[in-house]
Amino acid sequence: MEIPYAVHPRPDTGIYNAKVGIWLFLASEVMLFGALFSAYVLIRVGTPPGEWPHGWQNVTLGTLNTLVLALSAITTLMAWVACKVRQFGKFKFFHGCTLLLALTFLCIKGFEYDDHLTHYEIHLTAGSNAGGSIADGHMVENDPKKDYVIIKGRFVNDEQELIDLRSQKDIRETELKIPRSQIKDMQSYGPWHNDYLALYFTMTALHALHILGGSIVIGYLWGPGRKLWKVDPEHFTNRVEVSGLFWHFVDLVWIFLFPVLYLM
Amino acid sequence: METIVHEFPPYREHEAAHEPGAHGHHEDIGFWRKYIFSTDHKIIGIQYGFTALCFMLFGFFLMLMMRWQIAHPGAPIPVLGPLLAKILGQPAAGGVMSPELYNSFGAMHGTIMVFLAIVPLAFAAFGNYVVPLMIGAPDMAFPRVNMASYQAYVLGGLVMLVSFFIPGGAAQAGWTSYSPLATSIPTDGQLFWIIGMILLITSSLLGAVNFIATIIQLRAPGMTWMRLPFFVWAQFVTAFLLLLAFPPLEAAAIMQLMDNVVHTSFFLPTGLAVGGQLAHISGGGSPLLWQHLFWFLGHPEVYVLILPAMGIVCEIIANNTRKPIWGYKSLVYSVLVVGFLSFIVWAHHMYLTGMGTKIATFFQATTMMISIPSVIILTCLFISLWGGSIRFNTPMLFALGFLPMFGIGGLTGLPLGLAPTDIPLHDTYYVIAHFHYVVAPGTIFALFAGIYYWFPKMTGRRMNEFWGRVHFWGSLVFMNLVFMPMFAQGLEGMLRRMSDGGANYSAARVPGVLDTLPNDIMALHTWILWAAVALGVAQIPFIINLFWSMSHGEKVESDNPWGATTLDWQAPTPPPHGNFAEPPQVYRGPYEYSVPGHATDFTPQNEPDRPGTPVFSPAH
Repeated sequence: MEIPYAVHPRPDTGIYNAKVGIWLFLASEVMLFGALFSAYVLIRVGTPPGEWPHGWQNVTLGTLNTLVLALSAITTLMAWVACKVRQFGKFKFFHGCTLLLALTFLCIKGFEYDDHLTHYEIHLTAGSNAGGSIADGHMVENDPKKDYVIIKGRFVNDEQELIDLRSQKDIRETELKIPRSQIKDMQSYGPWHNDYLALYFTMTALHALHILGGSIVIGYLWGPGRKLWKVDPEHFTNRVEVSGLFWHFVDLVWIFLFPVLYLM
Repeated sequence: METIVHEFPPYREHEAAHEPGAHGHHEDIGFWRKYIFSTDHKIIGIQYGFTALCFMLFGFFLMLMMRWQIAHPGAPIPVLGPLLAKILGQPAAGGVMSPELYNSFGAMHGTIMVFLAIVPLAFAAFGNYVVPLMIGAPDMAFPRVNMASYQAYVLGGLVMLVSFFIPGGAAQAGWTSYSPLATSIPTDGQLFWIIGMILLITSSLLGAVNFIATIIQLRAPGMTWMRLPFFVWAQFVTAFLLLLAFPPLEAAAIMQLMDNVVHTSFFLPTGLAVGGQLAHISGGGSPLLWQHLFWFLGHPEVYVLILPAMGIVCEIIANNTRKPIWGYKSLVYSVLVVGFLSFIVWAHHMYLTGMGTKIATFFQATTMMISIPSVIILTCLFISLWGGSIRFNTPMLFALGFLPMFGIGGLTGLPLGLAPTDIPLHDTYYVIAHFHYVVAPGTIFALFAGIYYWFPKMTGRRMNEFWGRVHFWGSLVFMNLVFMPMFAQGLEGMLRRMSDGGANYSAARVPGVLDTLPNDIMALHTWILWAAVALGVAQIPFIINLFWSMSHGEKVESDNPWGATTLDWQAPTPPPHGNFAEPPQVYRGPYEYSVPGHATDFTPQNEPDRPGTPVFSPAH
């Protein structure tokens, strides 16, 4: 039994089945990310004035990642064009590039995550003051056997100073050795830290999972899936197109995530 | 119109090259691939149907035990109590249901009935079996995605079932899982619930994509949009509701998962106290956000439950009145409008949350608007009965039962759609009675009707007519005896979710004074309990009939025992892999019954026009 229009477009609708399927799937993805973006709006609007963090992300890395994904969108398109004109060598080259760019994106993202998760805000006990009531910086040494921790950062007196970092251009960071006896509580800048980071981690992690999923599909087409090319190049080209549509959607999500989480 | 259809290439062009003349060939693919890991839409439909019926029975037993606890708080449950004590231990010590267990049974009854029983049965089972046949397709557009959809559903169901046996038991925060309650109750059951839901949402999503793509792409030549049977239209709109309404709940589930596991504060407000202690959270979240996201799914979900039922009822009414359905176009446009409006009514579940009167006004307006197309649909179905020579067989009895039952459910919903009347009725048994009238004697009756109606196509045998009638009358009487008293209880102010049925609530007040529940209202608990038991007994003929008729039922005399017009009845019985012997060509609308001058009182959609035959089609 053969499913009609699995490869060739149906005359009256003008498209083949998988293309209908992927567009419908993308519609549901719009609703998924749309719900997260509306959660972002609702939570941000509900935050008291002056408490929404600014300048907590590395805009340079974010911009770099935006360019990486934009470039991967181009290579994805070129890979599909290469299939259309039946140049399989070019397809391999361009989708190889896509895969490398996807990997680059994930590496940069991982580096950013690591940067947040090793960043600590340490509340000090009263009177232990070295230069402020809060120590804030990246963990250098946190050995449970030793009775102190070392961070590379600074002291501040008010938590408010940590909220908006846009105007604080030259933060001087030094290595600070803090005895554990002086630590009231200590928390890294993970998703539990506040709602901004909760949104940041949830939205970017879900996006990164989409990048990973897309990479697996593209990797399959680039690797073992290429057998189909010899049997039915039309069908293979369709698969490249469908995976490409997904990839462009994932890129588009990032185009919204970047300003919302890094710039605004 | 016919000029277009000839451009379509014939089906199975490739296959025809290998096996000239062969149709519906049965390759030996073995038991596992044929019945367990099947990609055939009919097998998957039956898998869905069977699994969903099992879950429905399970959900019914949960409810039965809860009804005992409500009627006899603190008394050991007869028959099932010792079993419960043995399986669950402490929460059911001595066969008595603890309040915590009542809460988890309540939450799981709702979850199982909605997400594991009705939706899979109404949408996935009937949709899978019937839609490709009705549109003249050889299968669904993506057979393997279809299989994955069923597997995700089973997996989600298993996760839900397993959660009963973990320490702390299943989720206890109601089927709505409102935060912060859902995050505060110390059981991992909520985690299982979320993971189960994510799997079920995935399953619905895969199913919805498949249905829409199938209906758009695989309609047989000549099957134009306005020639689609109303059932297909209903499933088409339902699929869009699932496709677009479920993802926001998935997003919400991910956020609640983060709240529970990573200790974020998406839904947890600043200053939240749990057990008298200030919770160790960052705060700043919004409990209202969960409710918005939940009901953004929750309300379209109501239409996911009801639209396929309306589709089934429409097919059966057209078939058994032997005349065209009244107002086919009105039905189609109404179902589209219902689908659209169902996305903008969700906050009528939230009048008591303090979201503001302006927002409430908007949602009251949209809620009143959506009742218009719903009433049009019901009215078309009622008017279709007018002047028909009605055949009162079992499917038709259930379909006819659906009409007034859904009517009661729908009309009692109007006071809940308006904030001034909703506020005193909110969270009372009135609400329970209202939505159960929509879903239980409403949708479930339509599903029974569908099972009796399509059983001959699935098996080549009819279900027993006498026991079918016993099943119908028993169900009709006891359904009403169960749910009608709840309106009275609710109007007297009895709240839902009270594990003792309001005994403490009443005892805490001076008897006879305003606010206590009158004795006769409390006495209705016993009444409802035994009516529910009797309702269970009334299902026994159905269960036996279903299995007995598979091998012993009266054999059908033809492929089209009901004399139906739609393509599903023109396929071989039971339809082979690939469905149709010859690729069907469609010439007419779906409900050409009793066309004057035609030899039979039905004209199948694939019957070619003959010169001199009067043509009636709702599409023209």
